[in-house]
Amino acid sequence: MKQSVLLAKDAPHIRDNSSTQRIMLDVIIALCPAAVASAIIFGPRALLVIGVTTFASVAFEYLYCYFMKKENPVGDLSAAVTGILLAFNLPSTIPLWIAVLGSFVSIVIVKQLFGGLGRNFANPAIVGRIVLAVSFAGRMTAYAYPKFDGGVDALASATPLVATQHADLPLLQLFLGAHGGVLGETCAAALILGGIYLVVRRVITPTIPLAYLGTVAVISLLAGQEPLVQLLSGGLMLGAIFMATDYATSPYTLTGKLVYGLGLGIITCGIRFWATSAEGVSYAILLMNLLVPYINRHTLQKPLGGGKKK
Amino acid sequence: MKNVFKRAAKGAHVPHHKNTQNSTTVDMPVPAKILLPMQQHIGAAVVPVVKEGDQVFVGTVVGQSESPLSAPIHSSVSGTVTALGEAKMPNGTKVAAVEITSDGKQTLDPSIAPPQVNDYDSFIAAVRASGLVGLGGAGFPTSMKLKLKDLSMVDTLIVNAAECEPYLTADNREIMENSDAILAGIHAVQKWMGIKNVIIGIERNKPEAMDKLFDLIKGEQGIKVKPLPAVYPQGAEKVLIEVCTGREVPRRGLPLNVGCIVMNVSSIAFLADYLRTGMPLISRRLTVDGDCIAKPQNVRALIGTPIDDVLAFCGGTKGDLGEVITGGPMMGVLIEDTSFPILKQNNGVLALPRNEVLLPEVQPCIHCGRCIDCCPVGLSPCVIAAGVDANDPQEVDRLQVDTCMECGCCTYVCPAKRPVTETMRRAKVLQKKAKKGARGK
Repeated sequence: MKQSVLLAKDAPHIRDNSSTQRIMLDVIIALCPAAVASAIIFGPRALLVIGVTTFASVAFEYLYCYFMKKENPVGDLSAAVTGILLAFNLPSTIPLWIAVLGSFVSIVIVKQLFGGLGRNFANPAIVGRIVLAVSFAGRMTAYAYPKFDGGVDALASATPLVATQHADLPLLQLFLGAHGGVLGETCAAALILGGIYLVVRRVITPTIPLAYLGTVAVISLLAGQEPLVQLLSGGLMLGAIFMATDYATSPYTLTGKLVYGLGLGIITCGIRFWATSAEGVSYAILLMNLLVPYINRHTLQKPLGGGKKK
Repeated sequence: MKNVFKRAAKGAHVPHHKNTQNSTTVDMPVPAKILLPMQQHIGAAVVPVVKEGDQVFVGTVVGQSESPLSAPIHSSVSGTVTALGEAKMPNGTKVAAVEITSDGKQTLDPSIAPPQVNDYDSFIAAVRASGLVGLGGAGFPTSMKLKLKDLSMVDTLIVNAAECEPYLTADNREIMENSDAILAGIHAVQKWMGIKNVIIGIERNKPEAMDKLFDLIKGEQGIKVKPLPAVYPQGAEKVLIEVCTGREVPRRGLPLNVGCIVMNVSSIAFLADYLRTGMPLISRRLTVDGDCIAKPQNVRALIGTPIDDVLAFCGGTKGDLGEVITGGPMMGVLIEDTSFPILKQNNGVLALPRNEVLLPEVQPCIHCGRCIDCCPVGLSPCVIAAGVDANDPQEVDRLQVDTCMECGCCTYVCPAKRPVTETMRRAKVLQKKAKKGARGK
């Protein structure tokens, strides 16, 4: 990182060694297992999609800031994180120009037009996914289906969620991700591994993922669905661990995070069980993102000695 | 215990750097000249009561004030007053200062004798005459702290031995070298103020001192030692009170509002020494450390000794010196001019290398919430900062920024390297302006 020549004049005179860049790097590291899993499950084209969206995201971020005469923020790696997450939300069969368009929506429209890093109102990758999903519904659901006896069946095939009565899919297969879906969401094992890394590195607290997954499990039970199948299907793991925990679009405090996770779980289940759309994770995250300022306002911590009103 | 739903208050895991933990205090030689600024405490500056050319002795009063929120200042050397002028304080303000050239003899002022204490009023008078201020760093006049309208307001004395700032070991050495005085000081406060409960709070990163204190209080009634987690800032007054007693000092309130008095461990030991000998506050223990100090150690320096002398005594500075500060690295004060003297409330002199104190490039807030999690008094610094950006006095008031004690945790943990603590100071100014405006209408 570039350092200025000014010395610390005001206390404190020392800082810890954390940095935005290091946090983003940790997220990228945490995404690696799922990226590797996607290449194994869907073949090398998955890596191509990841590479294209990542490159496009970084390039759009650079170009936007260049033309707007803003400081070049590419070094903080946040655009790369958005790019990888966006790719994780696309099927491996996606035409590359659509992937690039998604990067444009995520970086330029959702992130930079609202002020850049930390000022986006919603998770850029989620909005990118939603925009592409409503614009190119067919291509966004052209899920490849892995066939381990050779190659990938590129024909559209139902994800476990779409094939609602598919519950015959073994849990282990669900857990390892050997089923259809967008490229980063299927392998729950790899996503959980990344999540554990983030918690150990103290990049995130487990509050939001646990509250989210817990709520989904409870509502599934009440609705007569198989909780484990619900937890391991669709974009839930990816959303709960990597998308819902985005700093700028999630609440600050423990209470806020619990409320947020609860809301995510309720909306996700509501869409999955009682709406026409098979999957509700991305809409749940977008809707809750919009509520975060209100959640924050009402769940801030109580300052010492200021709890009571006079 | 702690309600995590109410307040995270995790503090900051600052490095300890207690390198001088086992360094026995060394007396510094008498300096050729001392400079005594007339403000070495919170409150009103005192007025010089000596003239140029006056002969003074060790312990002669050189500055006095009628204001109850002040403490007299005594000469720490014998010699001649060579100048009455102004000193530029580290914060930029100018105060009157007395320069005394030492004759090297250290003749005691004839008036020095153990004070006659036989009731509460004479006890307070003695504390005031001693010139004692809080030695932990804040410098609040002790006589003011102990002077109560109604003694039944207080039931607990908390002795602050947390010493949570990195590097500093002066209080630790006080415990190791002067423990009898600590006990005597506690007894004196207990006796004259009728306080039954005493809690000594000490961070766990000082196991030897902790053992010493446990030995010290064996057989004592009502005195407890409370080991504290080694997380900054356990020694902050309101935090310490909550950890030790479970009581929450109300907003804008004082420890007295919850029946507590908090005194630094070195202050309490000094009090006992003063009651025994009558020698006012003319010297103090300092930790001299930091990567740029050739010989880090604890020294006892006379108040008014130039910081240059202290640095020279410790072998001078080495390496790429970034800055010299008095106090700890979290709340200490930058000293631009090292000819400035040691003040009563200084507990350390640190020389930090350039690479440790360089201001990193400030990046946008990513709303990670680390400043909120670590804030020991439960504020929401990044939300307050947004209020400052919006120039919204009502918002910063609603968020109770006045509770901020500027401990520095938020700046320390910020991954975007934002000067959050500095922003909190600006928020307080904004809040005060709003108050003034409201009154004016």
